[in-house]
Amino acid sequence: MNSFEIFLAAQTSGAAGWIAERASLSGVDGAGAAALYLALKIVFGVAAIGVVMCFAALSVVVERKVAGFIQGRFGPNSTYIPYLMLVPVVGKTLRRLGLMQLVADGLKFLFKEEPLPGHVNKFWYTLAPIISLSPVLICACVVPFGVFEHGGKATALAAANFDLSLLFITVLGSLGVYGAVLAGWSSNSKFSYLGGIRAGAQMISYELVMALSLAPVLMWIAPRVSSPFNLFEIGMSQSGMWNIFAQPLSALLFLLALFAETNRQPFDMAESETDLVSGFHTEYGSFKFGLFFVGEYGHMVVGSSVFICVFLGAWSPLPGLSWPLEWGAWCGVLSFLTFILKILAMIFFFVWVRWTLPRFRYDHVMNLSWGKLLPLALANFAAYMVLACFIK
Amino acid sequence: MAIVVVERKKLSFWERTYLPQIAGGLWITLKNLFRKKVTLEYPEQRPALPARYRGAPTLVKDPDGREKCVSCQLCEFVCPPKAIRVSPGAIAEGSPYSHIEKAPAKFEINMARCIFCGLCQEACPESAIVLQKEFSVNGFDRKSFIRGKADLYEKGGVLPDNVMKWRKASLNAEKSKGGR
Ligand code: SF4
Ligand code: SF4
Repeated sequence: MNSFEIFLAAQTSGAAGWIAERASLSGVDGAGAAALYLALKIVFGVAAIGVVMCFAALSVVVERKVAGFIQGRFGPNSTYIPYLMLVPVVGKTLRRLGLMQLVADGLKFLFKEEPLPGHVNKFWYTLAPIISLSPVLICACVVPFGVFEHGGKATALAAANFDLSLLFITVLGSLGVYGAVLAGWSSNSKFSYLGGIRAGAQMISYELVMALSLAPVLMWIAPRVSSPFNLFEIGMSQSGMWNIFAQPLSALLFLLALFAETNRQPFDMAESETDLVSGFHTEYGSFKFGLFFVGEYGHMVVGSSVFICVFLGAWSPLPGLSWPLEWGAWCGVLSFLTFILKILAMIFFFVWVRWTLPRFRYDHVMNLSWGKLLPLALANFAAYMVLACFIK
Repeated sequence: MAIVVVERKKLSFWERTYLPQIAGGLWITLKNLFRKKVTLEYPEQRPALPARYRGAPTLVKDPDGREKCVSCQLCEFVCPPKAIRVSPGAIAEGSPYSHIEKAPAKFEINMARCIFCGLCQEACPESAIVLQKEFSVNGFDRKSFIRGKADLYEKGGVLPDNVMKWRKASLNAEKSKGGR
């Protein structure tokens, strides 16, 4: 079964399943129910993508605002829509928060001329931004944004919830780098090419660290859950204690790898302006650049969701606490809000680190990965393997 | 010159992990987050200009309301980008200031050319042209940047003058006339 089939055949107990079941209770059955189920799946998928896209957009604002504040500025605070300014408090607040700047930027990307340089490989050049964005959107469908009670069982508030979702998300998430590599190659420019190569090399080196830092966590929770590769189950297993306290080293390694994989400072080698102009998207402009841009932030959102699910207790508001399932729909809403809040905190952290640390040198990044982090991750893995024997 | 080998400080284990340094850096940026902002929100807030700020050049009058410029054209001559154009004219015979002889018939400054260098102010023997506080000069076409004499006087206004040399000169002239 390939991953797409896994994705489709996924689960029957998700939120969409819940609604479809209600529908079939009220008389719709057979093909009608199946069609409804499929339609609901699509709606949920679009909703999940919507959440991630909103957050990707929001993180651009957060980025610019926090950058400004850290540097003693205000960040974007002047763009406004004239008619919106007539609304008493709202208009002014939106303006000060720089949210209208976001609209302006988006429109600019959309309406700018779409240049296609003469010296590029047109097919791959056009495809690259799409390849860079789409894995993120697919991953969005797997993220369990919350938990609610259905038929006496805890159910994931996700478009798709299946046994290998953690694997699915890590594998698909790293496919995004093909966008960078293809962009670098097809742009036919040395800066882009170097950027693409760096993106690829960095992805390979840090993917190992990431996988190895996840392994001990899976071993740690394996005795307690039925399927340790399921993001939702991993999240549920942390109602007692967050994994970050049980496995601080794994969490640190995963976080470092996440920074590298999402191409964030201090690891943004693929587009380091100081030596590569703008890296793999040097030759891109207007909407295609916008796709890369959104893809990068979307990657950040999905990456933080994984970190939250695996290490930061998913929907539990505080270590040791969790929203009681008996609250029904309220539990769903509260857990969703908790998750969203955690994503925001993670985005803030990403931005905060970006404006604190200088960029590493490329060879240092490679050295850090192969020379330091990988042995450390291996040692961590081995240590937990030994430990797991004793625990059993 | 002898080569001096600098003794590097031995780093402790924690220093080599770089993590405490990162935490320290994060703490500093976090503190900055709440610091008072230094941005001047320009169109709403205006900068406080120092007393001798050199903004756009203007023509000024003395406390008697007399136009100080004697159209000597020194400013026109000195202006590096040739922004000033002075057309001298005569002062009417009956005027109390007729002994000055000349006043500008036309005086134009092209603000699209002016570079705010202040040489005109330095060159002027009459302190008639003064760079004042206007720093934002805008317009929709090139013509609107050419400021005529009336405009320049309106922008310049009246500046105090302790010397009033032309009044003394006229008094002296009258005195010497009466003494004769
Ligand atoms: S402004 Fe001063 S320098 Fe210029 S013409 Fe008048 S008197 Fe002469
Ligand atoms: S300030 Fe300088 S450039 Fe402007 S009018 Fe005076 S001499 Fe010319």
